[in-house]
Amino acid sequence: MSVLAIAEQRGGALRGTTLEILTAGRGLADALGVELIAVLLGPPGLAAETGRLGSYGADRVLTGFSDAFAEYSPEAYTELVAKAAQENGGKAILFAASAQGKDLAPRVAARLKAGLASDVTEVGVAEGRVVAVRPAYAGKVFMRVGFTSEPAMLSVRPRAYKAAEAPREAQVEELAVGGEAVSRVKVRAVEEQQKERPDVAEAEIVVSGGRGLGSPENWKLLEELADALGPGAALGASRAVVDAGWRPHGEQVGQTGKVVAPPLYFAIGISGAIQHLAGMQTAGCIVAVNKDAEAPIFKIADYGIVGDVLEVLPRLTEEIKKLRS
Amino acid sequence: MNIIVCVKRVPDSESRIAKSKDGLAVDTQGVKFVLNPYDEYAVEEALKLREAAADGSVTVMTLGGEESKETLRTALAMGADQAVLLKGRSSVDGLGTAEKLAEVIRDREYDLVLFGKQAIDDDNLQVPAMVAELLGLPCATVVTELRVDGGAVTATREIEGGHEVVEFELPGVIAAQKGLNDPRYPSLKGIMQAKKKPLEELDVGDADSRLEIIEVMNPPVRSAGQIVGEGADAVPELVRKLRDEAKVI
Repeated sequence: MSVLAIAEQRGGALRGTTLEILTAGRGLADALGVELIAVLLGPPGLAAETGRLGSYGADRVLTGFSDAFAEYSPEAYTELVAKAAQENGGKAILFAASAQGKDLAPRVAARLKAGLASDVTEVGVAEGRVVAVRPAYAGKVFMRVGFTSEPAMLSVRPRAYKAAEAPREAQVEELAVGGEAVSRVKVRAVEEQQKERPDVAEAEIVVSGGRGLGSPENWKLLEELADALGPGAALGASRAVVDAGWRPHGEQVGQTGKVVAPPLYFAIGISGAIQHLAGMQTAGCIVAVNKDAEAPIFKIADYGIVGDVLEVLPRLTEEIKKLRS
Repeated sequence: MNIIVCVKRVPDSESRIAKSKDGLAVDTQGVKFVLNPYDEYAVEEALKLREAAADGSVTVMTLGGEESKETLRTALAMGADQAVLLKGRSSVDGLGTAEKLAEVIRDREYDLVLFGKQAIDDDNLQVPAMVAELLGLPCATVVTELRVDGGAVTATREIEGGHEVVEFELPGVIAAQKGLNDPRYPSLKGIMQAKKKPLEELDVGDADSRLEIIEVMNPPVRSAGQIVGEGADAVPELVRKLRDEAKVI
């Protein structure tokens, strides 16, 4: 019997969310009294990363290395993950709720005829069965759900768990690779627009801008603040500015964008529509800057400054830089 | 080109949603329901593809109750040719719903099945990839750009910090992300015509749920914090508080 955590790589290195799901998986495996197995699929060079999976709590690591897995390959991954779960008595399978995890988990769930809870923020065991907490309506409500099928399939929201070391000497075993169906979906290119910054859903700090910035050109002020805050900071945007074409929709925070819960969130020139608040209200600390003292964002912000964002922003960047130097 | 677009009726994104009195569901009283925003991109893309191919048809499909007819009519008013209502309740998780849809789609003629990438009520992001798996079809989710050239599909999907370009051969499944296109508004003429377009009804029964809701909870209430001050002069005090009080920088 086991809990499986599906590791994820990009460019030959583990993604940070993998360590988070190992931590969630370690807790679940202990609660169920079973072992934690990490499944790592990727290109051959990835073998160097198996040690880290043990450091973060995996008892065993099942590897499938092939040049064909350098990029995510939905159909082949589905087959290998489903087989690994079946052969190892998988009681639960954890994925990161990442671009890959959100694509792969449903396919595996359909293959195994098992229920899937998406984007969970908490997983545990109650009365012998796996239970999870997950947001719905972009976080306007949360649901505690229980599984009535096995394995319990879960995708875990980035940053819901803080990666914690739980070192052990993981036993590494190779999955038989090569017999699976060739994926009909071929990845032709991966274009990374902002390598230097994390994704808004996975960032430690999110600096979001709205209409109050006045024009897309003023985004450089927001970028300077994000730079001053360090490599863990990502840019976010309100729906209004995405709809206006000022920013790419990949940055949108809220109900038709991404739901985020970073330890620190800056809402700059964002008034705070319901659909935006739903997407960021579980952030640790919220800082709002807005010229309108009556803006709804101030009703949930921990700290606020009322004023012209174009004056406040450069000063904020300067003060943060001072602090960091 | 024959295209099936699966849609859902959901509360408008501006609605206030809270748990129901018994704590087992959400209270949707007085809430305005709309065609799921991501499904609008799917419908629009289907219409564009049909127009470019200059033949074929667009069928919109949903699993739901009588009230979902309104949602189907919205898609018909945008320009879809016909609609199918699968009468039954959707499941808590995505699989039961995917099974009901796949069962009906399997027997129809189609080149492409389109979805919105997620319904903004349950936020499951499951049904498109599950339908693909159940029908044995290739699939691309979270698609922001789509090209169909004969039988060849090139789709750009959103990934963390960038995009991934994938290719596959029809038939297949695509789940639309915001940015794929600018959905048209139904015209008055479209709305009139929609009333006369065929709307088929099938009793499929309720979908099986493999998750059960134990409890619905409202998010923790956040109270207003402090206004540190006005204008740029308040910044040093804000930064001090972030460092010493909140300890976040």
